[in-house]
Amino acid sequence: MSKYVIIGNSAAAIGCVEGIRQVDQKGEITLIASEPHHTYSRPLISYLLYGKTDEQRMKYRPNDFYKKNKVTKRLGETVTEIDKKQKTVTLKSGEKIQYEKLLVATGSNPFVPPMEGLENVKNRFSFMTLDDAKALDKTLKKDTKALVVGAGLIGLKCVEGILDKVATVDVVDLADRILPSILDETGSDLVKKFLESKGVKFHLKDSVEKFEKDKVVLKSKKTVDFDVVVIAVGVRPNISLVKDIDGKCHRAIITNNKCETSIKDIYAAGDCTESADCATGDMKVMALLPNAYMQGETAGINMAGGTKLYENAIPMNAIGFFGYHMITAGDYVGQTYEALDGENYKKLFYKDNRLMGFIMIGDVMRAGIYTSLIKNKTDLTTIDFELIKEKPQLMAFSKKKRSEFLAK
Amino acid sequence: MKRIYVNEKWCLGCHLCEYYCAFANSGKDSMVKALKNVTINPRIRIEERGGISFAVSCRHCEEPLCTKSCITGALSVNDGVIQIDKDKCVGCYTCILTCPYGAIVPSETGAIQKCELCMNNSSGTPACVAGCPNKAIVFEEK
Repeated sequence: MSKYVIIGNSAAAIGCVEGIRQVDQKGEITLIASEPHHTYSRPLISYLLYGKTDEQRMKYRPNDFYKKNKVTKRLGETVTEIDKKQKTVTLKSGEKIQYEKLLVATGSNPFVPPMEGLENVKNRFSFMTLDDAKALDKTLKKDTKALVVGAGLIGLKCVEGILDKVATVDVVDLADRILPSILDETGSDLVKKFLESKGVKFHLKDSVEKFEKDKVVLKSKKTVDFDVVVIAVGVRPNISLVKDIDGKCHRAIITNNKCETSIKDIYAAGDCTESADCATGDMKVMALLPNAYMQGETAGINMAGGTKLYENAIPMNAIGFFGYHMITAGDYVGQTYEALDGENYKKLFYKDNRLMGFIMIGDVMRAGIYTSLIKNKTDLTTIDFELIKEKPQLMAFSKKKRSEFLAK
Repeated sequence: MKRIYVNEKWCLGCHLCEYYCAFANSGKDSMVKALKNVTINPRIRIEERGGISFAVSCRHCEEPLCTKSCITGALSVNDGVIQIDKDKCVGCYTCILTCPYGAIVPSETGAIQKCELCMNNSSGTPACVAGCPNKAIVFEEK
């Protein structure tokens, strides 16, 4: 019997441990995860290949984290099912562990669509875990020709990680532009040109027809030589543990603002969940590390008998390639304000006197002021919107607000 | 906990806080060596416009979005002070995305930098506060 059982060992799971311990210093916590590693930051795997971090520094929490928080860790073990009546989880070994409160923080898995000939490609990888990154790294040599399928966040971070280690990097994507989930056309074009200047070759509006030995044939009939392929076309939330016991799921596990699932005493957090976008009210999978941590922390506090609501989630992203940064958040709806100056680009989206979303590329200074306008649903008639358009600044707020921010 | 508070009514817009901040965090023993012919990159910044000016630095929030959002674990709260482990930081700027005050800025090394209340430099107590000629910046328990 463990008072708390956590499935997962990344941001949401760690947030949960820290949330529980804010309320309950003693209750036994058992943390179970398939990966054998100390908690590490998944988004850092590209930085590991790029040489900006190492395995020690990419640990998400210090070495003594589990001990300090009195967590019994069961790493390298996989939960195969949950019994919601008996309140147990079953491990692959058959062992059952009882819980009072359970967190499902199972994340997501790379989605690899069927592609002709892929099974015969020896050096094929996903780019999701530390082991993926290390296995990929081992195959890379100065004369390697790398192919990345997918020009989204994961695919392009992988490109950044490997570009300096190999001879060529080709990127194929069905979409007509790169990073379509976070950028508009102008933004995509700027970043694409920048990456091309670094030597990346893009094949957009195209897809894999078949893999042959050492080369790929695209739908356009173009062929690209390669030695190593990374498939990064998307991810699928790991929902089966909850879905199998009739927990409410759409694309991901549905959670409320306490991070509860539809099943009593079972909580969920992170990339495996769908939750409300606070700015629009829509249910979304907001698979990003800050949300995962804060959902996990919220779940933990509630599991331990405290009260916490997580009502601040919006889609948002900070990403950069070779020092070229972009920060985006919110929904791209309504009227727009745009400013383009060389490599710096900014676009604001506003509707009904509210800032709904923004894109900043290049100069991203103080972007969080925009983010908070979206999250707080600030009425734009109460601030100087012309100043906000110019740049994110507290000067745009009323004297009273500024005093609340800085003098209290 | 003692925090830095600014009162814009008293701010002269002299920017001395920025220079004292840059000096305190420079690791140099003289202000001349630290600041001469250098474009400073301070952790406290003056906003000014139309006769109004005020300094902005980290609020050391009780609900620190930057720390909770940090993808590396480089930001942490120690005795209420939000600190950055520059060695762990990869410069992803997720903290810049989330800080509602715009108080986190990139450093020369690519890692971010922020006000740590001069706890980790030679000053030991906030240099901006000590250097403010009009007491527009104070370090107080409220």
